[in-house]
Amino acid sequence: MKVSITVNGKAYTKDVEPRTLLTDFVREHIGLTGTNIGCDTSQCGACTVHMDGMAVKACTVLAVQADGSDVTTIEGLASGGELHPMQNAFWNEHGLQCGYCTPGMIMSSVKLVENNPDITEDEIRHGLEGNICRCTGYQNIIRSIQAGAAAMGGGD
Amino acid sequence: MSKYVGQSLKRVEDPRFIQGKGKYVANLSLPGMGYMAIKRSPYAHATINSIDASEALALDGVIAVFTGEDLLADGIGPLPCGWQVPDLKIPVQNAIATEKVRHVGDRVAVVVAESPYIAADALDLIDVDYDPLPAVTDAKAAAQDGAPLVHDEIENNVSYVWELGTKDEYEAALNDSDHVIELDLINQRLIATAMEPRACVAQWNSFTEDMTLWTTSQNPNLIRVVMSAFTLQVPEHKLRVISPDVGGGFGSKLPHYPEEILVPWAARKLDMPIKWVSTRSEAAVSDTQGRDHVTTAKMAFNNDGKITGIGVETWANNGAYLSLVAPLIPTAFYITLLSGLYKVPAVYGKAIGTLSHTVWVDAYRGAGRPEASYLLERLVMMAAQKLGMDGMEFRRLNAIPADEFPYQTPVALSYDSGNYAGLFDKAEELAGYADLLQERDAARAEGRVVGIGIAGCIEASGPAPSAVAGALGGVTGFWEAGTIRLHPTGKVTVLTGSHTHGQGHETTFAQIVADELGIPPEDIDIVHGDTAVITNGMGTYGSRSASVGGSALVVAARKVRDKAIKLAAHQLEAAEEDMVFNQETGDIYVNGAPDRATSIGAMAFAAYTAHNLPEGMEPGMEEDAYYDPANFTYPNSAHIAMVEVDKDTGETKILKYIAVDDVGNVINPMIVEAQISGGIAQGVGQALWENTVYDADGQLLSGTLLDYAVPRADGFPDFKIDRTITPSPHNPLGVKGVGEMGTIASTPTIANAVMDALEPMGISHLDIPLTAQKLHGAMQGTAVSAD
Amino acid sequence: MYPPKFDYHRAGSVEEALAMRKEHDGKFLAGGHSLIPVMKLRLADPGCLVDISRIDNLKGICPDGDTVKIGALTTHAMVASSGEVPEALPEAAKMIGDPMVRNRGTVGGNVAHADPASDLPTVLTALGASMQITGEDGSRSVGADDFFTDLFETVLGEDELLTGVTVPAKTAGTGTAYAKLPNPASRYAIVGAAASISVADGKCTAASVAIGGLLPATTRANAVEAALVGQEMTDANIKAAAAAIADSLGDDVMGDIHASADYRKAMAPVMIARAVKTAVGRA
Repeated sequence: MKVSITVNGKAYTKDVEPRTLLTDFVREHIGLTGTNIGCDTSQCGACTVHMDGMAVKACTVLAVQADGSDVTTIEGLASGGELHPMQNAFWNEHGLQCGYCTPGMIMSSVKLVENNPDITEDEIRHGLEGNICRCTGYQNIIRSIQAGAAAMGGGD
Repeated sequence: MSKYVGQSLKRVEDPRFIQGKGKYVANLSLPGMGYMAIKRSPYAHATINSIDASEALALDGVIAVFTGEDLLADGIGPLPCGWQVPDLKIPVQNAIATEKVRHVGDRVAVVVAESPYIAADALDLIDVDYDPLPAVTDAKAAAQDGAPLVHDEIENNVSYVWELGTKDEYEAALNDSDHVIELDLINQRLIATAMEPRACVAQWNSFTEDMTLWTTSQNPNLIRVVMSAFTLQVPEHKLRVISPDVGGGFGSKLPHYPEEILVPWAARKLDMPIKWVSTRSEAAVSDTQGRDHVTTAKMAFNNDGKITGIGVETWANNGAYLSLVAPLIPTAFYITLLSGLYKVPAVYGKAIGTLSHTVWVDAYRGAGRPEASYLLERLVMMAAQKLGMDGMEFRRLNAIPADEFPYQTPVALSYDSGNYAGLFDKAEELAGYADLLQERDAARAEGRVVGIGIAGCIEASGPAPSAVAGALGGVTGFWEAGTIRLHPTGKVTVLTGSHTHGQGHETTFAQIVADELGIPPEDIDIVHGDTAVITNGMGTYGSRSASVGGSALVVAARKVRDKAIKLAAHQLEAAEEDMVFNQETGDIYVNGAPDRATSIGAMAFAAYTAHNLPEGMEPGMEEDAYYDPANFTYPNSAHIAMVEVDKDTGETKILKYIAVDDVGNVINPMIVEAQISGGIAQGVGQALWENTVYDADGQLLSGTLLDYAVPRADGFPDFKIDRTITPSPHNPLGVKGVGEMGTIASTPTIANAVMDALEPMGISHLDIPLTAQKLHGAMQGTAVSAD
Repeated sequence: MYPPKFDYHRAGSVEEALAMRKEHDGKFLAGGHSLIPVMKLRLADPGCLVDISRIDNLKGICPDGDTVKIGALTTHAMVASSGEVPEALPEAAKMIGDPMVRNRGTVGGNVAHADPASDLPTVLTALGASMQITGEDGSRSVGADDFFTDLFETVLGEDELLTGVTVPAKTAGTGTAYAKLPNPASRYAIVGAAASISVADGKCTAASVAIGGLLPATTRANAVEAALVGQEMTDANIKAAAAAIADSLGDDVMGDIHASADYRKAMAPVMIARAVKTAVGRA
């Protein structure tokens, strides 16, 4: 089946099997491998991307469901050669170790903050219930998101 | 004399990760690649009667199906065991099972197809006819008479029995001391759950007969040796193993895996690149798991609060086969640590390693040392309670005094350095311990169930002096190799046999080399994880990268520096002993005559032009080092936590967590602190939530993240982390290692805190994980009917 | 993990969806957050999916006098941020999965899936919601009490589509709440309890309480309701009334590795009391 999906501002039309997952569409069909796969039960959040302005788990979306949608992956977050403030915050605050959960963690965080600019530590911790990190103990991820929120213009 | 070591430099590896450009194995795509999927056993124990792959082979897009018979016909060898304790009985494990399967997930056949979707479809079409057999999953039950045998040739499923310590003195202590407490405990099995599932890609060059394997390994050089010598049998100089970015390991990416054989074997057979990527569910039944001890422990002590003896008997479940270093974990990494931070005159331990119809068990963050710390700190808390002593006071009383280092324990180790009383003092201060006790008592007065836990832990890190490892059963050496290549233009390429999969070596190793050479870190590249580039290496595990791998780089860098100084002396016409090297700038000058100067960069250029070298000096500026440590290092820690248990539901909430660790000198404080916080979370997972559950038939009931409770962000408060520093005296960096300390300490800290909360109800011990259900049942005084 | 092959058809209207389903013997796909994971684990192999997610008129929350209509395709995120529905609904919706799951998962998909550990069925039962169902021969409305019949089973016929649910609007004097003990791994309910309590002069005048997570289908706690009505809403009275659940759970209480049947039975009154107390505070 033919699907047309705009990914990071570029329109792609591909002939895919209906069972193709959005993760495989971005990773295999258009070669954007930044979106990682960490589980098979929609728990870990490593595959989080933005679809029509919302954070979604790309492992649980069929490419045919995303037909006509506008998708942003981690590769499309920086703009004009400038890192997104959340990317910078993760770097500055050492919010990652092995880096595998990081793309999903960052994509998820951006939406958490956009939807709640004055987000509290408690809200961040609960907001990350769909993103698992095994390395950091979350401590520096929380600090990164707080710093990212400040840089994105919210908070105090 | 350090400009960079000790600084929290931002990580140089991060730009690629935060932009989705990590080079993980699963991201690799080669032209004409086939995709492998693995047919795994649904039974824990069964005879394989027949395998019919005809329907799978008929499916459009399926390239091949192979079974264990194909593998044996090609002479592929069984997986070896790299840690051979005396009288070890090693079961045969081929990369694909033949005749019998021995755990759920055991490999039965492999499919290669044109897409991973088709390969998955084909698995469903392979018809395997099994006769299910009875299974045994418990470490101790496996050794009872009449238990189903995992391997017919291994009697009672006992693979090894290992003892260490002063048994007679220990038994005398039991008789002669004022008190003896006995504790039966279970250290439950864990699933490592590195976020990146394992993956392999292999490419065969039929013209040169070279094989390249990309694999998610913590130690690619070691894997190459094992594959060449034992399993795949491609000659070592024709086998290149690459571990690019690896998404976490925690020990589960240390062993040599069957898939590392199957993927290149199929690539050669079919003469096409092959890729296999594990799913999370597959990882649960094929990655090595951790812990799984059934233990009886005793501690003897006197009314004055002094511990007089500690002894344990532990049944360690190794799973259905022995993984690469499985016998090491419950022996030399466990019993040797039983005296902890304390001066205990008599220590004795016995480990019985058994086999069962479960997934194999190997190193998991801490590996043996968390098991030792957990039981010791449980005993310590119970002893203090029995004497009515404060836990902090009891620990300080028994701690090895700071002036007694090096300290020889009764269980083989010689602790290098430490100030344990100082450690407890700092933790007490950071926690505001006295106020915390008052806070707890006030909460209790309100009817809340609140407790404070303490743990003081030690770890033997930085494995290992090769001769010691060899005497204890190690098959290989445990040095680390490093190369410093100072280029003509003054830039540096560093090759290390260590492997980073989250630890940040690309940053910290550059800091080390920068200080040795006086060259800024941005001019230094750290290269790792490719056997075609890295001469040799032993990899990353046991918190060894800084102390062993980092030390190798120091030694190599000093050779380079010495050569540069020698060359400078020659060119400046001064005596070598009069030369001064400025480690901050890399300038080299004549003592007392700073204008007679050159630099390490200039000397690099001169070494390559070779126009004016001292007699006998070879051109070039590249040096290797193999660093074999003189001893283990001994990181130590004092952690304190306060928790509240929900009276109604049994759920535990961590209110406060304070960690003080002595990991020796610190290369990058930001990274060290983050290693501790990550470790704490993993250890808390074991204390409260994580559990690997097999039913009586050997079915894994916690095989997905829907049932295996990996900690999430909302399970923790902000940790308060600080450190003390007693440098390790025997490595040039004075470092001790930081990767595992947080995990080792946090499990007993949290367990003790919960048990303290329940102490007013007369509950003295419950096994981890301290789940809501278990705590609720205990508080109600009812048996816990399922867990 | 990869789902098995299936044919895919996209419906533009309820009528088209019903016709497509019948023609191809398919299964409806909305947000897919219940269905796609089980397909990936190869525990479901529907052969054909009829995608209803683009039927726009099934999406949204519409107040309509003393009721509120929630379209089947309304996402959990939309419910979670709605101020128009009784408090228990957004409260429960915020506990479903995680933010990403809530952005895709739909009310209709969740309810039709009838997972006993799911949150919405319990709340809808306590609220006395009615399920709007359309089939070839027209539409019908079924009360939540009757809708959930067993483990993953409802009264929905193969040829019927759940188009929405109707809940009462918020009413002065009545408060609603949901309390849940989550599975530490999946975050599904070990026990979930929902309550709708009307209070006048400190006394309970009407109560509707439902419990989920521990029985094959969400269930009204009639004994608890009876014990609440007429009582002053003190902590002690609420606790005593919640304890009445013990006798009405029967032999079907489920157990798993996280929570035995006994533990779930013990948690039922705890969660009920919490939900009732919160509901009273909102009344």
